[in-house]
Amino acid sequence: MATITTEGVRHVANLARLEFNDEETEHFTEQLARILEYIGKLNELETDDVPPTSHIHPHQVFIMGSQEGAAHVAKPDVVKPSYPREEVLVNAPEPEEGYFGVPRVVDRDS
Amino acid sequence: MLYELTAHALHEKLKNREITAVELAESVYARIDAVESHVKGYLTLTKDLALEQASHADAGFQKGDEMPPLAGIPIAIKDVICTKGVRTTCGSKILENFVPPYNATVMTKLHTQGVVMVGKTNMDEFAMGSSTENSAYQITHNPWNLDTIPGGSSGGSAAVVSADTAICSLGSDTGGSIRQPAALCGVVGMKPTYGRVSRYGLVAFASSLDQIGPFTKDVTDCALLLNAICGSDAMDATSVDVPVPDFTQSLINDVSGLKIGVPKEYFTPALDTEIADSIQRAIAVLEGLGATVEEISLPHTEYAIATYYIIAPAEASANLARYDGVRYGYRNADPEDLITMYKKTRSEGFGEEVKRRIMLGTFALSAGYQDAYYKKAQKARTLIKSDFDAAFEKVDVIATPTSPTPAFKIGERTADPLQMYLSDVMTTPASHAGLPGISLPCGFVKSGLPVGLQLLGAPFAEDKVLRVAYTFEQNTEHHRQKPQIQTNGAV
Repeated sequence: MATITTEGVRHVANLARLEFNDEETEHFTEQLARILEYIGKLNELETDDVPPTSHIHPHQVFIMGSQEGAAHVAKPDVVKPSYPREEVLVNAPEPEEGYFGVPRVVDRDS
Repeated sequence: MLYELTAHALHEKLKNREITAVELAESVYARIDAVESHVKGYLTLTKDLALEQASHADAGFQKGDEMPPLAGIPIAIKDVICTKGVRTTCGSKILENFVPPYNATVMTKLHTQGVVMVGKTNMDEFAMGSSTENSAYQITHNPWNLDTIPGGSSGGSAAVVSADTAICSLGSDTGGSIRQPAALCGVVGMKPTYGRVSRYGLVAFASSLDQIGPFTKDVTDCALLLNAICGSDAMDATSVDVPVPDFTQSLINDVSGLKIGVPKEYFTPALDTEIADSIQRAIAVLEGLGATVEEISLPHTEYAIATYYIIAPAEASANLARYDGVRYGYRNADPEDLITMYKKTRSEGFGEEVKRRIMLGTFALSAGYQDAYYKKAQKARTLIKSDFDAAFEKVDVIATPTSPTPAFKIGERTADPLQMYLSDVMTTPASHAGLPGISLPCGFVKSGLPVGLQLLGAPFAEDKVLRVAYTFEQNTEHHRQKPQIQTNGAV
């Protein structure tokens, strides 16, 4: 298993939509490298023939269209009212005319 | 004092009209006035609402209605569970002003019983931590020694039951976040089988591991709370449609004929010797009561932490992508564009541990590393689960320590994240396998801090876990001990 560099930390931070100053980047690089070194312990395990576990109840796979498992459970397709718009927008930082307001993403003139 | 009693004892008094639910609620809030400034277990108190709910329960009792066992019982809720109209912060600045427009399924179920909600409890931010020191708001103190941590991440929910500032509470357990604080605070805490309890309205951390469960003063109350919250739910596709038994039927004071496995891998040099002694004594008690005890092996135990700190952060990095400042929660005040808004909002809104885990998880899922880390961890998870499958072919229940050490000093492990992660060494293996597990008081170390015994069962075998726990409790006195907390005024 590879370790992580400051360059790697900057790349991952961008993927995660986080930003750090240089000092924080150094700090996280050091800590993540140490944690990943410990996690490297997993390389002691021979796992070529071991199937992965993503979910502990394999007999109950609820994902529609999945090929795994026996039981495919789908909810009946019934139209039901959703939460009222004003209740949903109550927690929005900047609601605007019944929508979630965000900084402009499209230039008005283009 | 009423606040000291269990839910089942209080139910008898309510039913016989010896007390009212309003008197009971007042008693709990008086206790809060006396000790909460030292314990700091609550983030939000909901007294007005609680008194209204108590009056409502009283009306039912006065009419002579057949009332559910938790009617009028004051309960505290971890602040990761959505409560309609009541602020739900997850211990994070990013949700400081979030007021859910809906109730979690467990809250709907509890309200059907007529509970009285005392307030929302402190926690490690987004349930990431083992000491509750990662809360963005306050440090919760262990009622047994205010200089020590209550455990985590459900530290507030454990501390308030221990301090008698709630009769019982709900927490959530991803890698031990109910069992470990229960052990450190000297109360009963149980993580049911993954899929037993609906996660709808539980703010997601690691979706393949998260499970809601109770903190109580004894095993009987634990069974009553399980009865109230378990069951499949159309709103959570991972809740499992299996029959829910009446868990009070498992409260049998007899372990004869049951086989208890003791895994040798849990008794390492890292285990505090006083805790090891206390656990051995507890196992001897069960053996004396007729259980068959045998040593077993769970050979992949030592890989559980490494596995956990890939799987849980990977799932968390996906789940926490939703905190983008658009639909709810904190938003950076003046971003120049959308991407900057996301980055500044998240960087300012999340605390350090949450950022660390998002980074770890994003890395483990990133191009070129996914097979080496995430897939590898999922395979290790299979091996850990297979160990338990094989063990439960031979034994009914597995007994271990819940935590390798008693409560540690506030600040002692905050500088070293890896050291903090190793606090979960006894609880994460069962999380990977989705097993039901309880922690119950089984003694004290010389410094006076409580020790927890962890009992694990096969998936959906909560009944056997409860039976062993109940038998131990009925034949010991540890759960009757109460911490002496300095009080403000006379209560």
